[in-house]
Amino acid sequence: MSAELFLIPFLTGLACAIVLPVLGCYLRLRDEWLAALAYSHVAAAGALLALVAGMAPVLGGLVTAALAGAGRRLFARRLSGGASDALLLLAGWAGAVLLAANAPLAERLGHALFDGQLYFAGSEQLWPVASGGLVALLALRALSPRLLLARIYPDLFRLRGLAAWPTQVGFDLLAALSLAMATMSLGVMGAFALVFIPPWLAFRRAADWRSGLRWALAIGVLAYVAAFALALGLDQPFGPVLALLLVLVGLLVA
Amino acid sequence: MNGLLRAEQLVVGWQQPATQPLDLTIAAGEIVGLTGPNGVGKSTLLAAFAGRAKVFSGRIEQRPGLRLALQRQDVPPVVGMPLSGRELLTLTGASPVGLPAWLADRLDIRLDKLSGGQRHYLTLWAILQAPADLVLLDEPTNNLDVAGVAHLTEHLRDQAAAGAGILVVSHDTAFVDAVCDRVIGLRGNDVG
Repeated sequence: MSAELFLIPFLTGLACAIVLPVLGCYLRLRDEWLAALAYSHVAAAGALLALVAGMAPVLGGLVTAALAGAGRRLFARRLSGGASDALLLLAGWAGAVLLAANAPLAERLGHALFDGQLYFAGSEQLWPVASGGLVALLALRALSPRLLLARIYPDLFRLRGLAAWPTQVGFDLLAALSLAMATMSLGVMGAFALVFIPPWLAFRRAADWRSGLRWALAIGVLAYVAAFALALGLDQPFGPVLALLLVLVGLLVA
Repeated sequence: MNGLLRAEQLVVGWQQPATQPLDLTIAAGEIVGLTGPNGVGKSTLLAAFAGRAKVFSGRIEQRPGLRLALQRQDVPPVVGMPLSGRELLTLTGASPVGLPAWLADRLDIRLDKLSGGQRHYLTLWAILQAPADLVLLDEPTNNLDVAGVAHLTEHLRDQAAAGAGILVVSHDTAFVDAVCDRVIGLRGNDVG
């Protein structure tokens, strides 16, 4: 009974633990890891707003995160040096906290989003997360050469007459939607921990890009499984346990 | 048009004009050198040919369908990034065949673990060997030792013999003399 009860939350989180570390490698490649935290906060605010408006929270989170991802590029030139991500993060956090404080309906979901209560995940979350994760991995595989080239040889796009914006906007949207989906399940900081720490460790150790992706994936999945068992055994909220475990692993390895 | 690229009375810059009017033609199989003191606009000219800097007057004409490659002075930001030399070459479509022995056996090492000269030559090779009709090089001998310069000289001659046009900006007089068919000296007030 309890195994069945926890199987769906476990699989939902596992799908996130597979996608987020790989996505995090590309965010780190582009020096955009702060954007991940911003997308999570904006998604949380969008979910709460949707709940207050009588709509599905997941839909609200996805839509606001997608708008943030698409809109981020518009302001990137005016707000350089990561300012656009910092402003998005602050706006998302402020909006989410104010909604949770002023709308009784949003308070419980607000706590769940920031605490990372994975155990509430149901099959209505598992299938979108699993199928969305698969699409995200396939899209990352297709975008990978262009994302790497944009970093190490940015002139190539102009020299070959190729438009760089579809890759940039496509990746921003992909990152925003993936983070929004993961935030609904793992919570804001749980999702950020998986997108930041495994790639950070993998980049230090890996011999090449492919092995970097494999390292990040392995660290993310192992940490997730361990955190799931620990949080369940100790009856603690999942998000902080995962984040703390990854921080400890990070400090030990570093 | 005859040739790969032609510039007529070309004046380029970023926010404001930074060069004197320049006439230039580069034909297939030709290596042309651009020399001159710092600040005369050599790198800006390459940037303009690559479509990055602004053309203030005159014009640039390219052969239709011309494939360009550009090597800049700044090294790609690879520190802290797990990317091997082999992966770099694959990304740009460059072949490792012909690499000097001191680099060929280091292709599976991360770029940020190579020495500055090795990393420079590998990133240069990734651009030189990528499919291109006209190669624009900005101070390609920076960070290279004698063996690296000798190998680069020989390789550029081979590439030109195979039909590529090459435009080289360099302060390295010996290298320019050894590799270029023609040298254009830029000065602050006029072009010689």
